[in-house]
Amino acid sequence: MNILQSVWQWVTDPAHLSGPDGIPTRLGEHLHLSIESVLLGALIALPAGIVLGHYGRFGNLAINISNVGRAVPSFGILVIAFQVFGLGDLPIILALTALAIPPMVTNSYVALREVDPDVKDAARGMGYRELAQLMRVELPLAIPLIMAGVRTSAVQVVATATLAALVAGGGLGRYIVDGLARDDQPRLVAGALLVAGLALATELLLAGLQRLLVPRGLRLLKTPAVERATSIKAA
Amino acid sequence: MRTSLFLDAVDPWVNWDWLSNHVPYVLAAVQEHVTLTLIAVVAGLAISLPLGVLAHRWAGLRFPLLTVFGIFYTIPSLALFAFLIPYTGLGGTTAEIPLIGYNVLVLVRNVLVGLDGVPADVLDAADGMGYRPFARLVRVELPLALPAILAGLRVATVSTIGIVTITAVIGLGGLGQLILRGLIESFHTPLVVATVLSIFLALVADLALAGAQRFIVPWARPA
Repeated sequence: MNILQSVWQWVTDPAHLSGPDGIPTRLGEHLHLSIESVLLGALIALPAGIVLGHYGRFGNLAINISNVGRAVPSFGILVIAFQVFGLGDLPIILALTALAIPPMVTNSYVALREVDPDVKDAARGMGYRELAQLMRVELPLAIPLIMAGVRTSAVQVVATATLAALVAGGGLGRYIVDGLARDDQPRLVAGALLVAGLALATELLLAGLQRLLVPRGLRLLKTPAVERATSIKAA
Repeated sequence: MRTSLFLDAVDPWVNWDWLSNHVPYVLAAVQEHVTLTLIAVVAGLAISLPLGVLAHRWAGLRFPLLTVFGIFYTIPSLALFAFLIPYTGLGGTTAEIPLIGYNVLVLVRNVLVGLDGVPADVLDAADGMGYRPFARLVRVELPLALPAILAGLRVATVSTIGIVTITAVIGLGGLGQLILRGLIESFHTPLVVATVLSIFLALVADLALAGAQRFIVPWARPA
């Protein structure tokens, strides 16, 4: 039988649509690991990057954290976290959070740095105080690039969460790892399809969100689509 | 959970005795790692240069090319390995196809950025001096695009070194093989040594390419 046919049979088998190893459960685990890690990472990275960018301090640190972050093998970090904290979601979320932080710090730093100094002068001249200037002038202008960083991080976290299955975690990677271990090709390829689909859906969803969050004023300028300041491929 | 002091005493993060007895084993892993990385980066560059030049000449090619490789780039490596296993089995081909594909996206994008950045005046001057299209490409446009291409090469190399560890799952992995062993045997030394060496390899490769950038294109300060 053709591989695609057997994959289709596997995916539509009612036994794989419910229960602890069913597709909804595994998808839920994958989303839960990814969302918590990205949120935790954003909570740490965005304030840090925004403050550093606003004051223009420690620029080398903010830029280089991405270069160093890129050099860290996600597989190694995941296994080290597993050895330190043992079974469960905690080590996986900590490792994924660590991977999520660098692109968000760098992008938000660059985003704040690239706000036109004339605009900041104008805001100051109009009587904005520092906090109001940051919140109402600089941040709205920086949002597209900040969101680009969040998107890079989120896509990488969703991709790396696939590896959670290697350290006895859940998520859609389970099907790939189990499919390999049991030499069960329909399971293996079905897992690959689900993982690829989720990664692409994340990318599209966040690209849409990024577009929505561009302030109206910037949209009128018809600036070209924002390029990501960092390109990271961790898994 | 590995919280007891006793266990930590039994399995320290790095067992130097084990390490000193396994130097050839570790070096073989480094060598496999470097080989897998080199194939992925060199093949990626060999594909991206002509593709980037073509997409620069024919604007209609740019969007489909970047979209197709962008989709490929978004798919996690483990999933691509899984797609390929029924066709190419476990081993080198299955490992390299995703790695090369990822690098093609990064490099094509940077080739395009580099070629787009060549000033129109320079092209006019080259035409005026009688350069034919191919000579103009090789002797004027590509040299001016080099800073962007080298920047892409750095990103591609560093990412590849990290992702190569994951190919341990399909029986390769270089240093990833040591990480996998550390996981399976709950033995810290190969895990820590391989992770540190992988970071070290990536940083050394990045520095070496940054140095090459300074040397090859001294007029452009590396970003």
